[in-house]
Amino acid sequence: MDKVRTTFDVTKERIKKHLLEGKRFDSRKPEEFRDIVIETGVSENAEGSCRVKIGKTEVLVGIKMDVATPYPDSPNKGNLMVTAELLPLSSPKFENGPPKFPAIELGRIIDRCIRESKVIELEKLCIKEGEKVWTVFVDIYSINDDGNLLDAAGIGAIVALKNAKIPKYDDKEEKVVYGELTNNSLPLAKNIPISITTHKIGDSLIVDPTREEEDISETRVTIGSSDGVISSMQKGESIPLSVEEMEKILDLNEKVWKDIFKKVEKFVK
Amino acid sequence: MTTKNTQKSEISGTTKSKKAAEAKDLVGFKRIDGRKVDEIRGPIKAKVGVVDNADGSAMYQQGKTIAIAAVYGPKKMHPQHQQDPERGTLRCNYNMISFSVTERIRPGTNRRSTEISKIMEWALGPVLMIDKYPNKVVDVHVNIIQADAGTRCAAINAAAMALAHAGIPMKNLVSSVAAGKMDKTIVVDLNKKEEDYEEGEGATDIPMTFTPDGKLTHLQLDGKINKKQLMEAIELGKKACKEIYEVQKKALKEIGEE
Repeated sequence: MDKVRTTFDVTKERIKKHLLEGKRFDSRKPEEFRDIVIETGVSENAEGSCRVKIGKTEVLVGIKMDVATPYPDSPNKGNLMVTAELLPLSSPKFENGPPKFPAIELGRIIDRCIRESKVIELEKLCIKEGEKVWTVFVDIYSINDDGNLLDAAGIGAIVALKNAKIPKYDDKEEKVVYGELTNNSLPLAKNIPISITTHKIGDSLIVDPTREEEDISETRVTIGSSDGVISSMQKGESIPLSVEEMEKILDLNEKVWKDIFKKVEKFVK
Repeated sequence: MTTKNTQKSEISGTTKSKKAAEAKDLVGFKRIDGRKVDEIRGPIKAKVGVVDNADGSAMYQQGKTIAIAAVYGPKKMHPQHQQDPERGTLRCNYNMISFSVTERIRPGTNRRSTEISKIMEWALGPVLMIDKYPNKVVDVHVNIIQADAGTRCAAINAAAMALAHAGIPMKNLVSSVAAGKMDKTIVVDLNKKEEDYEEGEGATDIPMTFTPDGKLTHLQLDGKINKKQLMEAIELGKKACKEIYEVQKKALKEIGEE
């Protein structure tokens, strides 16, 4: 990934030194998240929407729905599309133009976290087999990037899905009545997938990096899991991990998942 | 056609009978959301400093339309061939997020957003004093989070505040609003339903931007209108822009107080 690294080497050394003593610049513990603030219904034309703030990092996630033809390999299942845009508004590093790798990867990681956990019961989004199914669009926008957009997007996606209402569908005209929502929520399973990224800096493992920490992160593992069941995973960047380290990451992830779930629980019930 | 004494009318703007339409012309006209003809939508909310990473940022909400703007710069202009060795450049980027409207829009730029971006540059350019930044660019990114007509006006209002917040040398702010004509009545700040009004002569949409000393920096029109009515609409817009200017000024003064 051709990421612009803006954190200086001196800072990098200091962050590493601090981490060896289990300390971070903002006095958090390695496995501690910044404050999470969630606000739902931020855009009323969306079927569901939310704003997630983790510290100074902020994302907007919205759900839109449309009726389309199903994919040939899943004629009785609704479609899911997750896209992410890293807005130039949110960081001096992001530029206009077609999505670059970081945005594509972000969208795909969240896509797999939602899809593989089977939290959306896509069979129930079938209107007419082989002809008409609902497409669920999950659109993620960054508003301010201070590190860890990935986890903010993951939390945002599941909260927005829980918040969404299916729009009205006109059977006779065979089209969606936009602007009118039914009272029906999306068919969601009980498990709540949360995607949490662990970063390796030097010999230390941390979660929820700030911008500075993310800049010097050597490798990262994003795990999408719900209550102990891991359904998606991705290791990013090229520095290798030992099996022992991987085990540590899994343990850490399990612990952090419980913390995060407590914080988002009331928005996903 | 007079815009006075239009407030008291009990006749609904959506009534279809011809008689009612005539009566409407005589005694007045009631807007769909019950506003007066010269009343801008509430709530108007303005706030600066909404994007921490940016050099300047602002949120502007008018009715159900919400815009956020962020300013980065002055910084070196890329691509290099667009550098102007004589003065700094203003570069605007208007974007609607996919779920800001009822029918999802595909992410990315389209013809409409490209035009509005340029319109914004023209609307804001005259008050900026960036001549002393040769080869530099001031980037203004505006995103529409929720849309209910008048998004370009909200975008300009947010952008002006964000530029001031970023400390870019400016002669003044600019304020923007859409005036319009519904059938034969001149109104200000149309919402989406009013913009889609189809009875009688239909709706005319006239977005415009004013400097506080009363100069037009932007004017567009879609619809059907005569000279007299247009002048009336511009006057109405000018009055509304003054109100918006006060809101912008207040929001900018609040930074110091926090």
